[in-house]
Amino acid sequence: MTTIETTHTTNGVIGQRLLRKEDPALLTGEARYTNDLQIPGALHLAVLRSPYAHAKILRVDLSRALEMPGVRAAYSGADLADLWAAPMPCAWPVTDDMKNPVHYPLATSTACYVGDGVACVLAETDAIARDALEAIEVDYEPLRAVVGLEDALSDEVVIHPDLGTNKSYTWNLLVEETEGAVEAAFASATYTVAERYVQQRLLPMAMETRAVAAVPQPFGGDITLYSSTQVPHILKVMTAITLGIPEHQVRVVAPAVGGGFGSKLNVYAEELLCVALSRKIGLPVRWNEERSENSMATIHGRGQIQNIELAADAEGKLTAVRVRLLADMGAYLQLVTPGIPILGAFLYAGVYHIPKAYDFSCTAAFTNLTPTDAYRGAGRPEATYAIERAMDALAREVGVDPLEIRRRNFIPTEAYPYEAFSGLTYDSGDHDLAATKAAEMIDYDGLRARQAEVNVPGSTKRLGIGVSTYFEMCGLAPSRVLASLNYGAGGWEAATVRVLPTNKVQVVTGTSPHGQGHETSWSMIVADKLGVDPADVHVLHSDTAISPLGLDTYGSRSLPVGGVAVAMACDKVIDKAKQIAAHQLEAAVEDLTFEDGSFSVQGSPDRALPLAAIAFAAFTAHNLPDGLEPNLEAQVSYDPPNFSWPFGTHMCAVEVDLETGKVDLITYVAVDDCGVQINPLIVDGQVHGGVVQGIAQALYEEAVYDVDGNLTTSTLAEYLVPAASDVPSIITGHTVTPSPTNQLGVKGVGEAGTIGAAPAVINAVVDALKEFGVTDVPMPASPLTVWNTLNNARANHSSGGTS
Amino acid sequence: MIPAAFDYARASSAEEAIALIGQYGDEAKFLAGGHSLLPLMKLRLAQPTVLVDIGRVPDLSYIREEGDQIAIGALTRHMDVETSPLLHQHVPLLAHAAGHVGDPQVRHRGTIGGSIAHADPASDLPATTLALGATYVAKGPNGTREIAAADFYHGFLTSALEADEMLVEIRVPKMNGAGWSFQKFNRRAQDWAIVGVAAWRRNGDAGVALVNMGSVPILATDVASAASSRIGSAIRRVTNWLDTSLAAAQADPQPDLNASADYRVHLAKVLTRRALEAASA
Ligand SMILES: Cc1cc2nc3c(=O)[nH]c(=O)nc-3n(C[C@H](O)[C@H](O)[C@H](O)COP(=O)(O)OP(=O)(O)OC[C@H]3O[C@@H](n4cnc5c(N)ncnc54)[C@H](O)[C@@H]3O)c2cc1C
Repeated sequence: MTTIETTHTTNGVIGQRLLRKEDPALLTGEARYTNDLQIPGALHLAVLRSPYAHAKILRVDLSRALEMPGVRAAYSGADLADLWAAPMPCAWPVTDDMKNPVHYPLATSTACYVGDGVACVLAETDAIARDALEAIEVDYEPLRAVVGLEDALSDEVVIHPDLGTNKSYTWNLLVEETEGAVEAAFASATYTVAERYVQQRLLPMAMETRAVAAVPQPFGGDITLYSSTQVPHILKVMTAITLGIPEHQVRVVAPAVGGGFGSKLNVYAEELLCVALSRKIGLPVRWNEERSENSMATIHGRGQIQNIELAADAEGKLTAVRVRLLADMGAYLQLVTPGIPILGAFLYAGVYHIPKAYDFSCTAAFTNLTPTDAYRGAGRPEATYAIERAMDALAREVGVDPLEIRRRNFIPTEAYPYEAFSGLTYDSGDHDLAATKAAEMIDYDGLRARQAEVNVPGSTKRLGIGVSTYFEMCGLAPSRVLASLNYGAGGWEAATVRVLPTNKVQVVTGTSPHGQGHETSWSMIVADKLGVDPADVHVLHSDTAISPLGLDTYGSRSLPVGGVAVAMACDKVIDKAKQIAAHQLEAAVEDLTFEDGSFSVQGSPDRALPLAAIAFAAFTAHNLPDGLEPNLEAQVSYDPPNFSWPFGTHMCAVEVDLETGKVDLITYVAVDDCGVQINPLIVDGQVHGGVVQGIAQALYEEAVYDVDGNLTTSTLAEYLVPAASDVPSIITGHTVTPSPTNQLGVKGVGEAGTIGAAPAVINAVVDALKEFGVTDVPMPASPLTVWNTLNNARANHSSGGTS
Repeated sequence: MIPAAFDYARASSAEEAIALIGQYGDEAKFLAGGHSLLPLMKLRLAQPTVLVDIGRVPDLSYIREEGDQIAIGALTRHMDVETSPLLHQHVPLLAHAAGHVGDPQVRHRGTIGGSIAHADPASDLPATTLALGATYVAKGPNGTREIAAADFYHGFLTSALEADEMLVEIRVPKMNGAGWSFQKFNRRAQDWAIVGVAAWRRNGDAGVALVNMGSVPILATDVASAASSRIGSAIRRVTNWLDTSLAAAQADPQPDLNASADYRVHLAKVLTRRALEAASA
């Protein structure tokens, strides 16, 4: 692997805790979200959704709706069939024989989940459109619904009869030094563990629900699609393909976007409906999603059943890992649905050294539920959860402390860069350092001592301590690796840096921030590179007319790919400016140094020119070197050589009330190593939010369906997103191991918190209850679930059974 | 999230509000803080055709001392109940319980009258005022009448109020130094109780009421006698009562996402014990 030295810090901007540029507009309500846009003459779209999880659509009668004042049009799925040039896109056919049901923005003959669109209305106001939905009559013939994931594979009810089965694919990753290595390792292991975990379905719950507006230009056929999306560039390509519109006629803009967490990394029916209907009737068409609609019509996350087995030698060192996954696709494949479990496929050995004895297989099945897709961490929190829970199980088998079993297995620091069993190269890591730091910060030994003191008969509380260590394989991604995974796009990112005549800097980025603070961070990178004030850097993004090149924001990719591209573009700008400076100073390019925003001749510091002067000179073009193009601007498209590999250790302590089952999270420490931090304040923010989302999965959130496939948690009263009052102050710490694959030394951090948190919390809950023989508490560990688990464990104990 | 169409009328006095409700009939509803009614309307679970807004009726937001009682105007916001010095002095249990309603936004909009009139068994203030032996004052076209809290709750979201009656005042006896406790068990701080217990105890007297154990807030009877005995036997009596009389007392704990019926009964016992212990400390 080529190692690249970290080369920043000429000007000391990188590393400062600068307040975010974005925040004043967001906090004062100045920021414009899609639904805030004033669009004269726009019609409002409302979508009638199936109340059945599985039903034949026998008849759709729109007549009463069409009679209502203010209703301008209404359509059934069948009415719109000829608007689509191609079905809804799935860009990740993970295997050649993957089954992918053909699926259009509105269902025509069969509704396949509660929330599946079956008809729509265009009206003068949103309120009229929603009222009109109640006037549409649909005759359904309800069919048996496939709700349980494990029931799906029986194929008793086949959701998509033309596919003949509910199985979408099986994807295998078997890595063996010699054939039979995994079997052999299990046969000769001193210790083995076999665990089964359930990753419940989660609702991404971005605070801004989705919103779309399609605005046709008055002539020429161009159309602008405004959408609350994470992926304007991908959406542009997919809109062109699915609607058969020349790509150059489609412009996509993502205005202020209020969170995505993966759920807006997609191409949705409503986006295509707005564009298609707007073109059909020649008027702008907009749509705004309701909260409970969001719960059903926006993708869900997780939804996996995991079986993981570990083999270990007499010292508890791992000798093999075997994983069998069952993944819930939901009713259809959305943009990257099938790839999500595969993103975790390489991480079921965590941060541990294992020999080439790894056997992973994932089977994916359709159910009559909302489609799943990317949700913060996408595949990697699931993998980390499984290995980290299983490591605790192994610690119990071996009879050592959870921290000790991890230490015995950590990939040693000296082994980096480390070629893993999978062939992937982990760029850097110091797991012992992160674990040691976390243990010090939380006073691990002190907590263990206190635990022994307070967890005594007679007390109604139990203290539990949880540990998890992780890798966040992120920075998606080297395009060639994506090719090997059959992914339908590359992983590069583009940036343009343009020094304006007055020495203000415009940055055009292909990333599409929706809460991450790219405007601030990219400004800091440029300020550090060019010696300008971060306030003088303006970042343009999320509009394909302004930023035509890019692959958007997801998978903790923006900084290690897009931010690095910005730094590289700055280098090109400096190179060009240097030529102009050399020309004007009458010196050789090699004799110039660039420091604090000024070029000077080595040895004679009075012969100097500030960047400001060069910027103006590049603009006037009066006196440039022969052949040099005017203007000071550079563009870079950067394809990363590797993923980025942030890592860390999270620890927490919980107190479980044995009488009520309530889990009280009393302290939480997160030590994350994301390499060099551009803005530690933003890093802390990412970790805080991520950790709380992980805690949410562990203790609070679950998309619950009844036996008929109705979502019973569609509002925020039932779907328990924790608030600040429900979680402790997150104590963050960091180690800094610069990434050797990019000049900034940076790695991603968007998903780290989520990846580390859920296993740390559940390990703590299980640890608290170990004396009762509890070895698993399903997520979310609600009071009821913990109480039931305790009752079962006690019943087992008293009947002499083991658990 | 968009309610069905409705008309809106703003009343400037209680009399006008009652007249408007009378005029529009069954499908009309009072609108106070709107924090129970509007969510139901947005989900289209309630579709009143007219809202009579009493939110700006003057003189119905007050907390004042009247002899042995504290009188609270129906439009008093939870926030004002929570922070009232008079209540802190004389009825601390109620002020404390009001501080557990929802989150600060909810407490600044929601009213004590709306909370009681709505008669949601999962709400905190119906049970708390019930435990305290409160009296509610209702005003209708034919004048005012007093209804004892114990006679007020008829069923899920239904009360002794007639459709054209407006709740105007809540009268709560002073606690005279009684020990008290409010045990609210929920998963998030902002949520309704999965189970809650409001309790007070003084030599010779006590009151215990349960939140979310059936279709109405439940008053534990037989606790007055328990009150005079020692704490241990007091707790035993109340939990025995929970075992034997729960069904008779209209308690019919329902399973939901957060609790099975069994778990609710278990929680009620644990929380009642904790409440009585705390009230006796
Ligand atoms: C997010 C959220 C969380 C909440 N959490 C809790 C909680 O933890 N605990 C809790 O107890 N409550 C909670 N609530 C409910 C809140 O306390 C409400 O404010 C209260 O229940 C109703 O009061 P209101 O003034 O808003 O009444 P409204 O919603 O205006 O009215 C409720 C009903 O009472 C009727 N009504 C109102 N005033 C009168 C009157 N004076 N006379 C006759 N009828 C009247 C209305 O017609 C309507 O039918 C929560 C609400 C929200 C939105």
